[in-house]
Amino acid sequence: MSIWEYANPKKFMQTSSWALPFVTVGAVACLAVGLFWGFFLTPEATNFGSTVKVIYVHVPSAMMAINIWVMMLVTSLIWLIRRHHVSALAAKAAAPIGMVMTLIALITGAIWGQPMWGTWWEWDPRLTSFLILFLFYLGYMALWEAIDDPDTAADLTGVLCLVGSVFALLSRYAVNFWNQGLHQGATLSLDKKENISDVYWFPLLLCIAGFVLLFVTLLLLRTRTEIRQRRLQALEQRERMA
Amino acid sequence: MMPELGKYTVTVMGSYIATIALLAALVALTLWKGARVKRALSAQEERMKKNG
Amino acid sequence: MIALLTRDLRLAIRAGGGFGLGLAFFLIVVTLVPFGVGPEGGVLARIAPGILWLGALLACLLSLDRIFALDFEDGSLDLLATAPIPLEGVVSVKAVAHWITTGLPLVLAAPVFGVLLHLPQAAYFWLVVSLALGTPALSVLGTFGAALTVGLKRGGLLLSLLVLPLYVPTLIFGAELVRRGANGMDTQVPLLMLAGITAACIAVVPFASAAAIRVNLR
Repeated sequence: MSIWEYANPKKFMQTSSWALPFVTVGAVACLAVGLFWGFFLTPEATNFGSTVKVIYVHVPSAMMAINIWVMMLVTSLIWLIRRHHVSALAAKAAAPIGMVMTLIALITGAIWGQPMWGTWWEWDPRLTSFLILFLFYLGYMALWEAIDDPDTAADLTGVLCLVGSVFALLSRYAVNFWNQGLHQGATLSLDKKENISDVYWFPLLLCIAGFVLLFVTLLLLRTRTEIRQRRLQALEQRERMA
Repeated sequence: MMPELGKYTVTVMGSYIATIALLAALVALTLWKGARVKRALSAQEERMKKNG
Repeated sequence: MIALLTRDLRLAIRAGGGFGLGLAFFLIVVTLVPFGVGPEGGVLARIAPGILWLGALLACLLSLDRIFALDFEDGSLDLLATAPIPLEGVVSVKAVAHWITTGLPLVLAAPVFGVLLHLPQAAYFWLVVSLALGTPALSVLGTFGAALTVGLKRGGLLLSLLVLPLYVPTLIFGAELVRRGANGMDTQVPLLMLAGITAACIAVVPFASAAAIRVNLR
């Protein structure tokens, strides 16, 4: 019994169909409670006013935008090294979710920035690097779409993901150097939980959990779809050969 | 029931609505594509079983 | 490898457009900018470093899809892949050839175009230095994008979507170097960063490009 067992598509389908109801319920519950709590029951912050409520959609989506790319990097590496098809398909399935998360972070950030900084968009390091991350997601997805042969596509996107990760990181620091920004530093570092008071902290934790579970749910669903699509292609090909 | 959002009503409501709309679109797209592929696959399997 | 380099260079020259097209494109960009932002010298001088770098970058992008496409179509890429020199070496030579045909002319011509944009006196030296240091990275990264899209029918647009984000660090440090040089500020940090990025790209990216080509030839 090891994690590699799930590299078998059949095993993956079985396990994921067993796990799907749980993560779905978990995602819906965490999101519903967390967002409700955040929206209706938190007080106004002294310097943010009621806009502090935006944090419950902004921070989790921004975290997921980065984490999903890291997850794609890991699955791409697994595909390139051990050649498990499920891994490559999971990376493909994750990309659109990551793109939407990046978009949410950008849009809520813009809406939040308007009253706080007096501008929708500022060429601030964090905003800029998220925009670049968005471009990387777009390029990655476009490359998947453009190549017909699924194994070639998986290989090339895998290599692109590796190179892209290096350059996304590099861009992050280059952009930092290029312009010092308005964006406040990380609110949620582990050693400084006092950064944010408990009233805001607990609903935020729930929202983050909700976003993670939502990602897992969507990822399982999309990976299952991709596996089915591969099987469909294989069957069609066999039919044509016969 | 509605919390008092003051002058930032549009900001807060806007970001929640944008988030929920985008997530809903993503979920809908995922489910739709999933159902479509599932249907196509079962149709294909059915046909191949029939033709041997 | 020398033979391959001379072959590529000769092909680029005889096919025409290798040297000229990139430069002409650069000139057009530089000409169009004042139409867009107005002819005031002060404004132009301020944005000149960025415009010159952007123009060089776009001119470089223009010729990327031809790095491997022709060789892929007539099958000589397969021959090169089975040749005794490693594919990584082939990629590096291709990058050098691309740089000599597009990067080098841009470096040499940039000061002339700088005059058109009222580039400050102090910046000319740094403009040439930054382009000379930065354009090799553009060429090498370009081989990666070209290698990814070599088998595709319409790879051109996709190529720019893939490659341009990779150009961000080079562009930032290159333009920053010129801007600082123009204002007489300390230039050491962007200079070293730019050189470092280029060196790292030259060292690492050919392996990624060669891997992509191997996949595409499979």
